[in-house]
Amino acid sequence: MDQLLMNSGFPILSALIFLPLIGAFVLLCIKNEAMCRNIALITTSLVGLLSIRLLFGFDTSTSKFQFVEHRSWIEAFNINYTLGIDGISILLVLLTTFIMPFCVLASWSYIKTRIQAFMICLLIMETAMIGVFVALDFVLFYVLWEAMLIPMYMLIGIWGGPRKIYASIKFFLYTLSGSILLLVGIIWLYTVNDHSFFIPDMMWQDYSLTSQIYLFVAFFLAFAIKVPMFPFHTWLPAAHVEAPTAGSVILASVLLKMGTYGFLRFALPITPEATVVLGPYVLWLSIAGIIYGGLTALAQSDMKKLIAYSSVGHMGFVTLGIFVLNVDGVEGAILQMINHGITTGALFLCVGMIYERTHSRELDSAAGIGKYMPVYITFLAFFSLSSFGFPGTNSFVGEFMILAGAFELSISQNQFPYLALAAIPGAVLAAAYMLRMLQKIIWGGANNPDQSWLTDINTREIITLAPFLFFVFWIGLGPQPFLNLIHTSVADLLQHFDIHQIKAVAATGAILQ
Amino acid sequence: MDYKLLIALLIPLFGTLGVMYKGDNENLREGISCVASLLLLCVVGSMVPQVLAGKTLVFHMFTILPGVTVTLRADAMSMIFAIVASSLWTIAVFYSMGYMRSLQEHAQTRFNACFALAIFGSIGVAFSDNLFTMYLFYEIVSICTYPLVAHHQDEEGYNGARKYIVYLTTTAKAFLLPAMILIYVLTGTLDFASNISTGIFPAGVNSVLVTMLYVFCLFGFAKNGVMPFHHWLPGAMVAPTPVSALLHAVAVVKVGVFCTTRVMLYTFGTDTMHALNLGIPTAYFVGITVLVASIIALSKDNLKARLAYSTISQLSYIIMGVALLTDPGIQGGLIHIVNHAFAKITLFFCAGAIYVVTRKKHISEMEGLGKAMPFTFGAFAIASLSMIGAPPVGGFITKWNLLIGSVEAHQLGILLILIASTMLNAAYFAPITYKAFFGKRPAGETDTGIKEAPLAMLIPILIACTITVLLGIFPNFMLQFVKAVTG
Repeated sequence: MDQLLMNSGFPILSALIFLPLIGAFVLLCIKNEAMCRNIALITTSLVGLLSIRLLFGFDTSTSKFQFVEHRSWIEAFNINYTLGIDGISILLVLLTTFIMPFCVLASWSYIKTRIQAFMICLLIMETAMIGVFVALDFVLFYVLWEAMLIPMYMLIGIWGGPRKIYASIKFFLYTLSGSILLLVGIIWLYTVNDHSFFIPDMMWQDYSLTSQIYLFVAFFLAFAIKVPMFPFHTWLPAAHVEAPTAGSVILASVLLKMGTYGFLRFALPITPEATVVLGPYVLWLSIAGIIYGGLTALAQSDMKKLIAYSSVGHMGFVTLGIFVLNVDGVEGAILQMINHGITTGALFLCVGMIYERTHSRELDSAAGIGKYMPVYITFLAFFSLSSFGFPGTNSFVGEFMILAGAFELSISQNQFPYLALAAIPGAVLAAAYMLRMLQKIIWGGANNPDQSWLTDINTREIITLAPFLFFVFWIGLGPQPFLNLIHTSVADLLQHFDIHQIKAVAATGAILQ
Repeated sequence: MDYKLLIALLIPLFGTLGVMYKGDNENLREGISCVASLLLLCVVGSMVPQVLAGKTLVFHMFTILPGVTVTLRADAMSMIFAIVASSLWTIAVFYSMGYMRSLQEHAQTRFNACFALAIFGSIGVAFSDNLFTMYLFYEIVSICTYPLVAHHQDEEGYNGARKYIVYLTTTAKAFLLPAMILIYVLTGTLDFASNISTGIFPAGVNSVLVTMLYVFCLFGFAKNGVMPFHHWLPGAMVAPTPVSALLHAVAVVKVGVFCTTRVMLYTFGTDTMHALNLGIPTAYFVGITVLVASIIALSKDNLKARLAYSTISQLSYIIMGVALLTDPGIQGGLIHIVNHAFAKITLFFCAGAIYVVTRKKHISEMEGLGKAMPFTFGAFAIASLSMIGAPPVGGFITKWNLLIGSVEAHQLGILLILIASTMLNAAYFAPITYKAFFGKRPAGETDTGIKEAPLAMLIPILIACTITVLLGIFPNFMLQFVKAVTG
């Protein structure tokens, strides 16, 4: 267990996991709706504040797992309750704890029925999401991974739009079918690893290339559906469109990151040679997703669908960054996960605010509101600019690093940089669909509906959006503190690849012969 | 850390905020614009002695990645553009007050705010110390001028503005973004070099990639109006005339050519361009734009459209001069940033004044108007002399240097292009003035009601026109910056 570093007596990760759960139990006993909202807000805010503590004890000079907790759970199968974070997961945990209070705030007046149940779902969701990012035992990970499905299924299925049942079942079946293969992979790993589910023990082992490829395919299906990568993305627009605002925000900001986190945590370290062999195909699949997401987003008239398809494109950039397997690419990918969480989360919040007023997500019915909601439009404009990677905003830095990684890959192989250039149309399309949306909403055209009755956003809504804007510019203009957190872990991860890359190339040579 | 740079950058930004905050009070709002523009002029002016003494002012703002920063710098080349932008903003603020009020245009607050923001972007471009800072402000200019182009909010306005933004953001994303990232990957930095010869590429970099990057940069800054990515410019003619004037003289097209030439000289450098033989082919390539745009201008009857094509043609002079890579060529190109700016803003101001007074947009309707509006058409005549390149106005200095530059580069073809385009310039500008003063009014139109433009418009016209003449008679003030660039 030399991969672990215990640096705090206080079990902070457990506290982060169980605090929302305790909040959920408290909510069970409360009938008053106003109280439910307040308790949910207080709980999520407490979790958010507590998670800041992680930043102070975190040692950026090591790639080992930190804040580790280790307890025996089911001894018969050697299943443990092991938690820990490293540079890859810390920002994702913080993103989750940051997003949740705003999800509660966004549901303040949006959700009108079964408020108690709704807030309980949100809190259980938070427990599961934090758990997925900090679990170091594969069974614990898998349990929490599956546990996320149920509250999400209910969020869409109960509080969703007109086609909520269709959307929630599609979401559930897609993600479940992907994770079945993950389970098979986990059990295989358990059998070959001296009956251990301890994730760090499974990394960088000498599995044969064939078994690595099988494992990689299992991982890939589970995670690619979650990301979602083209062509496994069809559940996403349906789920986004039908989900309530908070559900869309959680889905976009955190759930999509589980897939890419899975690639970094499992696929790369456990099946490195298969990653090197199959990585190029994933790269081109990412490019396909980037272009496809952009083109489809351009054709949407439903704002939520537009942002959902834009997510397919943005997540394509993330997977592109991961599989170029160099420092710029992977660091850019992790940063882009955070950026996408912030920007797309904020965009869904914005759409929710319009929906609350006009009860429509159609662009046409929101046309020309710029004149009547200037504050709202200012926020929306900045988030849209951020979404298509305007320089000075967060997404630009992520995209820049990912594309730099893609260029470096080609140059290190003495190739013409086809890969990076192929991703560029995606960046162009992103500008096109975002500016098209902005133009419609701010000005519209000659036949705008009468919007003069609309009221601008209130203080609660400004408080909901302002922190997102703060991070848009902070990461956009000074990303170094964020990159410092992830740098050591990424460098350590990739340093293994120099060795594995050579082996894999040799192995493919052997297969071909 | 030279805080003057930061102050210069922030003045237009705070001007914008002030305009938005005091939007309902017309006089106060425009007062803020005026004060901000004058302040900016003073701050930029106060940098002149330092820069002329050979000092480079630098102000570091943010570090994005190692080698990618937001940093401002003022050297001789940035001063050329900063002086133009700040002085023309002052003139344009006064002019647009007269224009917008005379026409009782709507949404004047938005107009003024976006106007100031566009200047913020232009000043940022002028003072950028690296490619990233330049790209940042370049994009800010694109976004902030969109509401100006779409100002009338009718079908025509939206179509023009859509074309405008699609061309500019697409080229920036499709060419500039990959070029910038690849330059970063190849060199590890985006900073500009400190002189025009060395560039930032280390020896032994793949020449195919560098050539590709160069082409990407030439087309990526589509604001430079080089064909085939010039269509946005005539499309943007739907904007109110002060916007067209600002767009054509300062905020947009000059940002484009300034960025292009800055990157040619300070990222690639004359050594690299010589070594890869990029200069002369570029000169011939933009030579096509010079000639074709002039020929198209001949065919336009709408005055603003003719001026637009004239701009496209004139901008390519600047790039052509720099691409010759000889000292007089580079000097002629860069000095044309100044000469063209003052002359073209005069022309547009005149077009706007004619429209405000007579509501006439077409050249064929302007016959005989010269007697009623002698100052306006007089200024128009002088400014068009500058476009043609006749002494004693500014344009002559450009032509003179460009001709010497082409001879020194032993390019007879460029020389012929220059001569041909001068004749074309004369062919599409001279008849306008001639007909205005010596032509006959169209049948049935009587003399009533047409007087000289209001003073708020006429005074800026005369100031801009006077500067155009002064630039020809006393060219040394601006030439000293240009000479400092070439060393």
